[in-house]
Amino acid sequence: MAYAAGVDVGSTQTKAVIVSAARVVTGRALTDTGANVMRAAETAFRMALEDSGLAEEEIEYVVGTGYGRYKVTFGNTQVTEISCHARGAVHLFPRTRTVLDMGGQDTKAIRVSPGGEIIDFCMNDKCAAGTGRFLGAAATALDLPLAELGPTALRGERPVKITTTCTVFAESEVLSWLGKGKKIEDILLGVHESIASRSIGLLRRVGIESEVTFTGGVTRNAAMVSTLNRRLGLTVNVGEEAHYMGAIGAALFALDRVIATRAAPSSVEPLSA
Amino acid sequence: MTRTAGIDIGSTYTKAVLVAADGAILGRGIEPTGFRLTEAADRALARATAAATCERADLAYVVATGFGRHQAGVGDVAVTDLTAAAAGANHLFPGTRTILDVGGQTMKASRLGEDGKVQSFRLNDKCAAGTGAFLEKTARYMGYATDEIGPLVATSKTPVTISGVCAVFAESEVINQLSEGAAPADIMHGAIVSLVDRSLQLMKRVRMEPPFTLIGGILRFSRMADVVRAALGAGAVVHVPEGDLAQFTAALGAALLGQRRLRRLAQERASVPA
Repeated sequence: MAYAAGVDVGSTQTKAVIVSAARVVTGRALTDTGANVMRAAETAFRMALEDSGLAEEEIEYVVGTGYGRYKVTFGNTQVTEISCHARGAVHLFPRTRTVLDMGGQDTKAIRVSPGGEIIDFCMNDKCAAGTGRFLGAAATALDLPLAELGPTALRGERPVKITTTCTVFAESEVLSWLGKGKKIEDILLGVHESIASRSIGLLRRVGIESEVTFTGGVTRNAAMVSTLNRRLGLTVNVGEEAHYMGAIGAALFALDRVIATRAAPSSVEPLSA
Repeated sequence: MTRTAGIDIGSTYTKAVLVAADGAILGRGIEPTGFRLTEAADRALARATAAATCERADLAYVVATGFGRHQAGVGDVAVTDLTAAAAGANHLFPGTRTILDVGGQTMKASRLGEDGKVQSFRLNDKCAAGTGAFLEKTARYMGYATDEIGPLVATSKTPVTISGVCAVFAESEVINQLSEGAAPADIMHGAIVSLVDRSLQLMKRVRMEPPFTLIGGILRFSRMADVVRAALGAGAVVHVPEGDLAQFTAALGAALLGQRRLRRLAQERASVPA
């Protein structure tokens, strides 16, 4: 049985996934990236091995992805996260035509062809507006754990209008709304609306085609999912493993190499005359 | 009763300055702005009047400026921060043609005509890159308070290149630089160089001309002025108000505009036949 692994070193969290030759995920793990990127990649990989009950020798190929992909020192090669997210999304949701990946420090919009090829993409990676960090800033300002943002925002009824673009200034704006007596629920709903607006702006630049698959760490936030659904007028695909999508894509690329290597001797065909 | 006051309700701090008819500074006061702008303005003004040993009732005219000038609802009249800064800079350094004002949450460049009036300006107020917040965040990620930026950066000889622009993403960059062994002082120096790069872009867009006057809270860090001077070249005349007066320049300008208004009102009254 052949196994391959994908390690997605994100700005905030590092994800590792093991897939079998049947393209089934057999192990997964998640850890904070922190300051020691190399160690985070190793830790996530070991934890994923443990989760799958496999030994390191059983993994034939490892692909690193994410912003820290070159720090996956035990990896055999690297693939960009754009390709990996698209690959993972198309694998789990074959009718995917648009991918929205919302991570801790960047948001990406990717359009894929019916065959799963990337047609266009754009990303927001120079500025924290519209990324997971915007939620992080709101959580800091309101002194709430990140996991409570979504559930709290879902209780909001009248979202406040967040007018600032910059995450740094939004922190002050959130506090000033609080000072003006607005409910935390409504402020947070406004924060989600603001991020959704920016993501949809990004999606429009590549063109929005159904189905839309939502990937990345922010997929765990139910308010973000419902805000996107309402604003897009459709239901985005969110798999249970949406958070691991980049790592899944990387593992699938790794598996391709394993299969190609095995097939190589017999695939050499004589040149036709 | 010829004293006037200027109150500059800035994004981070609220500054008040009292001046006499001849433009001499009688008292100053500063308070964090927070979210209750009227209270911040009142407190800053109370500090300034206390420093000048007078009462608010002794003031002939109060001029408000800064981003919170309308919301605070204080003073007899409000003027834009650009107008106030131009009046203050020209009073301290007559002939100023370009002003760079770097505050807690904004960066502004303006070019003045020979008459001292604002001819062109550009603001950076949508993004914290290029504002004091960028330096503040960078310092905080390394465990330093805003007040420690000056002493910290004074020890640096060579800046580390900071390639990112976003104040939020600066955190990852700072962590990477620290883990690669860069000194906090050199990282801070690099952040200032990055800020100055952005300020030059802004000044170019207003078609900067010498002499320059640099104002705003961030100019309390003398390294900021050094880097601007180096970037503009040895030939450029660059003025910086002494000490923390750089932070009070717009408030001073507002108070001086109050004096001007007072003189006009007196002329107006004198012209009415008895």
